[in-house]
Amino acid sequence: MNPWPFVTAAYVLVLGAGALVGWLSYRAMRKHEK
Amino acid sequence: MPTLHALANPARFLRIARPLTPWLWWLGVALVAFGSWAGLTQTPPDYLQGETVRILYVHVPSAWLGMGGWSAIAIASIAFLVWRHPLAEVAARAVAVPGATFAALCLVTGAIWGRPTWGTWWQWDGRLTSMLLLFFVYLGFIALSNADRDRGGDGRVPAIYGIAGTVLLPIIRYSVVWWNTLHQGPSIGLTSSTIDRSLLWPLPIMLLGFSCLFGAIVLMRMRAILAAAKAEARLRRRALA
Repeated sequence: MNPWPFVTAAYVLVLGAGALVGWLSYRAMRKHEK
Repeated sequence: MPTLHALANPARFLRIARPLTPWLWWLGVALVAFGSWAGLTQTPPDYLQGETVRILYVHVPSAWLGMGGWSAIAIASIAFLVWRHPLAEVAARAVAVPGATFAALCLVTGAIWGRPTWGTWWQWDGRLTSMLLLFFVYLGFIALSNADRDRGGDGRVPAIYGIAGTVLLPIIRYSVVWWNTLHQGPSIGLTSSTIDRSLLWPLPIMLLGFSCLFGAIVLMRMRAILAAAKAEARLRRRALA
């Protein structure tokens, strides 16, 4: 079984979800602090 | 303790949180970028697991933050119930969503690692099941604290739930010792590790980077909650005037 699709999926998911939660939190902060 | 009490003042907290947020965020981004590069290209493949071992560098920090997030909720809940810290409740609410996200990421990356290594995406193993329970407990806390706020509650019920949920943390920690099923036993300790150094060195970098990002996200969410409460109070004053 080629391991790279699994490794790539794990990194993309974690980094993507981290960035998304970060972006949503930043947007909420900017919206409310305006 | 005096420092903790000083920080409980929202104005003083904001004076520290405002400059700290971008620093934590960008430091976290730099450390995670370096750690990912190192974990993907600079370490040798494991002699048994091969390249899939690289999932460790994102799986372990996710588990660390999933459990660390709940510890933070428990500490904030105690601080709220005992000392009535006005910021403690805000902190617990701010941690819940990122904590639940990382608990879910721990489960998903574990499944992705499990498929090529164990030959299965999921197994009702002690560690996997207790981590799944923690994720559900997070969802319960998010729902409960939202409902409590909507109904004008004083935050005590979510705080009690926050302390009660802590019972899962030692179960997750010792699940691999108590039940000898699929998940491997504890492999990384403070003083020794069963993982070779050549494989292990990017892990502390990733742990620190993820912790910085988590801290920045929590600060941003706390600032949003405080600003929303301030705007709400202003509207209420205007309506009464």
